[in-house]
Amino acid sequence: MEILGMPLQAASGQLVLGLMNGCFYAVLSLGLSLIFGLLNVINFTHGAFFMLGALFAWMGTNYFGFDYWLMLVIAPLSVGAVGVAVERSMLRRLYKLDHLYGLLLTLGVTLIFEGLSRSVYGVSGMSYAAPDSLARAVDLGFMMLPAYRAWVVVASLAVCGTAWWAIERTQLGALLRAATENPRLVAAFGVDVPRMVSLSYGFGVAIAAFAGVLAAPVMQVSPLMGQSVIITVFAIVVIGGMGSIAGSVLTSLALGVLESLTKLFYPEASATVVFAVMALVLLVRPAGLFGQSK
Amino acid sequence: MHNRFAFVVGLAVLAAAPWLGAYPAFMMKLMCFALFATSLNLLLGYVGLLSFGHAAFFGVAAYVAGNALRDHGVPPEGALLLGAVVGAALGLVMGLLAIRRKGIYFAMATLALAQMIYFFCVQAPFTGGEDGMQGVPRGRLFGVLPLDDDLTLYYVVLAIGAMAFAFIGRVIDSPFGRILGALKENEARTVSLGYDVDRFKLLAFVISAACAGLAGAMKTLVLGFATLSDVHWTMSGTVILMTLLGGLGTRLGPALGAVIVVGLETRLAAFGTWLAEFTRIAWFQGLGESVGIVTGVMFVACVLLFRRGIVGEIAQWLGRRERTRARLSGHMMQSDAS
Repeated sequence: MEILGMPLQAASGQLVLGLMNGCFYAVLSLGLSLIFGLLNVINFTHGAFFMLGALFAWMGTNYFGFDYWLMLVIAPLSVGAVGVAVERSMLRRLYKLDHLYGLLLTLGVTLIFEGLSRSVYGVSGMSYAAPDSLARAVDLGFMMLPAYRAWVVVASLAVCGTAWWAIERTQLGALLRAATENPRLVAAFGVDVPRMVSLSYGFGVAIAAFAGVLAAPVMQVSPLMGQSVIITVFAIVVIGGMGSIAGSVLTSLALGVLESLTKLFYPEASATVVFAVMALVLLVRPAGLFGQSK
Repeated sequence: MHNRFAFVVGLAVLAAAPWLGAYPAFMMKLMCFALFATSLNLLLGYVGLLSFGHAAFFGVAAYVAGNALRDHGVPPEGALLLGAVVGAALGLVMGLLAIRRKGIYFAMATLALAQMIYFFCVQAPFTGGEDGMQGVPRGRLFGVLPLDDDLTLYYVVLAIGAMAFAFIGRVIDSPFGRILGALKENEARTVSLGYDVDRFKLLAFVISAACAGLAGAMKTLVLGFATLSDVHWTMSGTVILMTLLGGLGTRLGPALGAVIVVGLETRLAAFGTWLAEFTRIAWFQGLGESVGIVTGVMFVACVLLFRRGIVGEIAQWLGRRERTRARLSGHMMQSDAS
């Protein structure tokens, strides 16, 4: 069977690959929007935290013999702790200033994290094995589906779904949304807003690290792995806007799939297609697909 | 007045520098980056627009100028002009797209568009990909003056750099520059005064991109090569750091920032060796490889400790001292009267 001249096996394989990349983008853009909403900071360090997640997983397994599942818990927690420390020591001083300074500070922090990891691990990628239970393929009849890719999609969507539920449907989420609108008023009701902000930042970067651990077996673990991902996620955020969770998840998935289908049909453009879509969106719908202009 | 005086003094010092023992080649590199940072400052310091994609103008112009010089026999003045034109054209396209979004989205959009151009440069055959474009000849200026001698080229670069620097200063002082200042302070009010702010932003963006392109083309002429690192986003980050470190919205700050950052990058390895001997911590040995860490630390320090930058903080300090003196002399006059 063929689709547009491509064997179905290759096309559907590429589709799953794209969906998986889209899931990484989704988790990252979700954290980015959450942080921007509450802290008014565009967190450039998000890519570095994604990288740290993968690197921590690699370190935990290679130095301490912890398995993948344990690192899937430990790495996000430790990265989250690093995030809280960054927020408390540095970002906190910038909330009243122009957005620009938040972006530049987080850029500096990114360069430090990447530089430090680079001085220890170099720039060549290290491989990280998927757990044995997922290192096989399921025969779906029309294609062989690698179990690990399916797991990545399921786990990422579960994280996005849980985050959506927590923000839109719980008491805590209501407070969070209120603090996004008017932090002083929420503080007047006796809520410890600064702590909430710290923890939200920690949560946002922890899920980035979670995505990093998920990515470790499918990408090469390297100190530079976060760089290109974060810039693509920026483009996705410009395309989708940061207003709605569902919107940004949907945009991420669509662009992940588009990117990988381009790889199949016109490989030369696969690196640039997301940016081209962004240019197009800026041209026809400057406010972004789901965004209010702000 | 202060500025014009500083400009003339700076020019005189630069003209004398090769005779005082400065390496012309290194000084020329500094001047190229000083112009690059000054061009970004026009946008970031005077319009308040954070372009995170200036490496695209710099890098593409560097490639185009190199290609023109090496493969098409274009004379150096033509290559420099071409660099500025390419920068302006690219700036027009990127500006038209990015200016449609405001604030932080603008920065993200410029970064993403520049990344697209980076990937284009990785794949385009004429850039030489990972190897870069090597062995660009300097040629003869106006077909007469051979530029192979560093000292000759030094004065040419100094003249062009000074003209571009003066041009940017003139733009800032012009009525057009005043309107840019107004829209930086209060965009809504500028709109209500009847100005089409998007067109002003776009024009500023194009001028800035043209100057960045000129800087890139000049860099190729001086160093004889253009590489992917010229177009990479870290170059955009570096030039933002130069501007921030020297002082956003100050005339001389970005040039000073460029001198510090380029100087530090060049001397870092030697400094690391010295630190390693001094502290006996072997890790410092590799400091030359870790430019990123040092750049990052400078970013964090600038943003947290001195947001006005070096020149900005000095100007602030001088201003405060002047005010105090004025107040004191005012007191004295009052006590004389009573």
